[in-house]
Amino acid sequence: MSLRYPFSAIAGQDELLQALLLTAVDPLIGGLLAFGDRGTGKSTAVRALAALLPEIRATSCAYHCDPDSTSAQCDACRKAATHKLRKISIPVVDLPLGATEDRVLGSLNLERALSHGEKSFEPGLLAQANRGYLYVDEVNLLEDHIVDLLLDVAASGENVVEREGLSVRHPARIVLVGSGNPEEGELRPQLLDRFGLSVEVRTPTEVKTWVEIVKRRDAFERDPEGFTALWEKQEDQTRRRIVKARKHLNEVEVPDFILERAATLCIHLKTDGLRGQLTLMRAARALAAFEGAKHVTDDHLKRMAAPSLRHRLRRNPLDETGSTTRITRAVTEVFGA
Amino acid sequence: MSEAALACALLALDPEGLKGAIVKGPADGFLASLRHLSQRKTHRIPPHIGMDRLTGSIDVAATLKSGAPVHDRGLLAESDGFLLLTSAERLSPDKAALIAAAMDHGAAFTVIAHDEGIDDERAPLILAERVAFLLDVSRFEPLDIDIAAARALLPRVEIADAITEGLCQTALALGLSSIRPAVMALRAARAAAALDGRVQVDEDDARLAASLILAPRAVTYPAPPEEEPDQPAPQDAPDPGEEDGSPIPQELADRLREAVKASLPPGLLAALEKNLRQPGSKAGAGAVSQKAGLRRGRPAGTRQGEPKNGARLALIDTLRAAAPWQPLRRRSNPIRKGVQVEKADFRIRRFKEKRETTAIFAVDASGSAALHRMAEAKGAIELLLADCYVRRDRTALIAFRGKQAEVLLPPTRSLQRAKKSLADLPGGGGTPLAAGIEQSMLVADQVRRSGGIPLVVFLTDGKANIARDGTADRAVALRDAEAAAKALRLAGFRTLMIDLSDTRTGPAAKLAEAMGADYLPLPHADASRISASVNAAMKAGA
Repeated sequence: MSLRYPFSAIAGQDELLQALLLTAVDPLIGGLLAFGDRGTGKSTAVRALAALLPEIRATSCAYHCDPDSTSAQCDACRKAATHKLRKISIPVVDLPLGATEDRVLGSLNLERALSHGEKSFEPGLLAQANRGYLYVDEVNLLEDHIVDLLLDVAASGENVVEREGLSVRHPARIVLVGSGNPEEGELRPQLLDRFGLSVEVRTPTEVKTWVEIVKRRDAFERDPEGFTALWEKQEDQTRRRIVKARKHLNEVEVPDFILERAATLCIHLKTDGLRGQLTLMRAARALAAFEGAKHVTDDHLKRMAAPSLRHRLRRNPLDETGSTTRITRAVTEVFGA
Repeated sequence: MSEAALACALLALDPEGLKGAIVKGPADGFLASLRHLSQRKTHRIPPHIGMDRLTGSIDVAATLKSGAPVHDRGLLAESDGFLLLTSAERLSPDKAALIAAAMDHGAAFTVIAHDEGIDDERAPLILAERVAFLLDVSRFEPLDIDIAAARALLPRVEIADAITEGLCQTALALGLSSIRPAVMALRAARAAAALDGRVQVDEDDARLAASLILAPRAVTYPAPPEEEPDQPAPQDAPDPGEEDGSPIPQELADRLREAVKASLPPGLLAALEKNLRQPGSKAGAGAVSQKAGLRRGRPAGTRQGEPKNGARLALIDTLRAAAPWQPLRRRSNPIRKGVQVEKADFRIRRFKEKRETTAIFAVDASGSAALHRMAEAKGAIELLLADCYVRRDRTALIAFRGKQAEVLLPPTRSLQRAKKSLADLPGGGGTPLAAGIEQSMLVADQVRRSGGIPLVVFLTDGKANIARDGTADRAVALRDAEAAAKALRLAGFRTLMIDLSDTRTGPAAKLAEAMGADYLPLPHADASRISASVNAAMKAGA
């Protein structure tokens, strides 16, 4: 595997980068959907995030369970009296478009079956991605049966395998990150709703930004090591900020009037279900934590409204008005100008 | 010296940076030259290659032989030469996506996609986006050069900021939305300088890079530079290496733009116009969406059975079924080496074919129809589109007016695009009904060949007045239309005729009969009834 492009060196996609960072601060926000043109750095950003994420403590099982939370452990870890601990970096797993169900869910371990005649479980991508990210590029082209399966796991946080005589369940708390180009097909509303945040990625229109991006990219491709070293300091800074924000997340206060504001906004926009409001609250809190604030303010709420809600608006498929415009309008109405 | 030959040399020089090419036309000369120049191996990949062969999996033959699982890393991880994708237009989107992902992860291979498609078929856009060159190699003349010296020079080639900026401005002026081509143009300019034996990229290199890489991706025709008072051009002989001598970016961009304009192939303007009519779409965005939902039978598990009558043996599953019995069988038959597979273990693949319906709307946008009830027709289509959206069907839009019919929207699942094409639908002119019917038949045929179910919905008043050859003769036009309608019936597509005229006995009714279509006169149908009948037709077809 070659070196990854440094996260901090990505230029001109601030909304996307911020949203990604917030999912790292609070995984409960529930994933991110990045829709937009090709070649705008969507996949680069997601893959760059992997190198940026802080390390976590994990048990030594195949699912790297959280040693501090029994409820989110696999059966073996729950039964074990003591755990062998290790430090791992938060996994970011790519789900390729052509992945089979076997590959995603896990299947019978052929090697053990052949050599020992034993039935044992070979963990799949979901196991690998537990406590981390599962990234699907071109998510709108994903086969429907894989989509169904992801929906189920993302909702329950658990992967249940009942096939080939195997009966296994293991934790699969994943942050689903998807990217794609809406012109090649749209996403089912059920799947849309599962993503916490959504970002519309656009091509920068300024020559200056282009020049900066092209130069950095070129420098990276010509000398990956040197370029990465150049950005190491900034990467470190951001990493420390994430760790700090994660620690302070639970101390950030969400005043009642903010909750009310959020509710008013959601009612005003007629978003379906409560998930939108919950995400908005969590995202605003994560933002506050990331910026070192003690409590969530109107400003945090305003800034997270579009990414938390734009994909949840009940859409008249033939309405021309963009979701972002509708949200901006509603924000102005609810918060006053 | 042809552009293709230069591109070939550049690619041979910097395969890592330029990532590859999509070539159209007879490619033998190009490939031979590329191999000769680069001294790299070529690995052919046909479009029907197995997914597991690409990504790697258990090597079944070796596994059976040795009795222990043998893994195969897969072509994408193994190959480090040129990956030649033959008939790239047939490559399924998921395989293309796999290859693209491997490229993003810094794969060692370089992609040469040979696009042998005709008409609308194109190599997957996801690959076209990631390679530097989109080439027509039909008139290829190999360059007789030696690139060894250039290769040694390449790492030292410098590029001035002004040139970078000029290339970026050109990319923006051409309406490119992706940044990748700009990055690759930079690499190409470097390679061009090295090829010429220089360590400083000059304007000619940039011009070459722009016309080779940026121009074929143009979405908009570059606007003419604003009239400037004649500025003396001091950069007649820009001294390489000296900052002062480098041209001012704006002027450079203008000159690059001119170069790009000159290299735009004839007929591109027409193509651009077409692109513009589908706002937001990049050249050929339809290609991927056309195949995106194509599922010619997705695997639906396996079952016990013998691989006879065309059934395919599912080797892995067979092994899996045999695996638990190995210790037992070894005990009873210790002489036999390797995995002991018996007939009862055989598993064969089952496929479930999920066929998608594609609703092809053929809309009469002529003056007579527009006069009558274009607005209502549009309303009806919008309703149907909403239905298609719910049912995840694909839609295509054909309009006929003036002298010809044209496909405004190739089959797509994107409602947004369908909506936009419909909103931009121009009206007025004659009624070339025969052309409209024929065009619909072509699209319907394409859909059927790729495994979908086409449903053609005509919205017309049936008053044909332009014959097939484009002349305005009502009688001939009607005859042509009827002939086309009969051909449509013979082809056996499901059709629905929505009559926009005022009478139920007009020519549209007759045509409907000729093509064996379900007939629905608009005056007596409200929009919801139309959508109900299309739905019924779709269900019957599925």
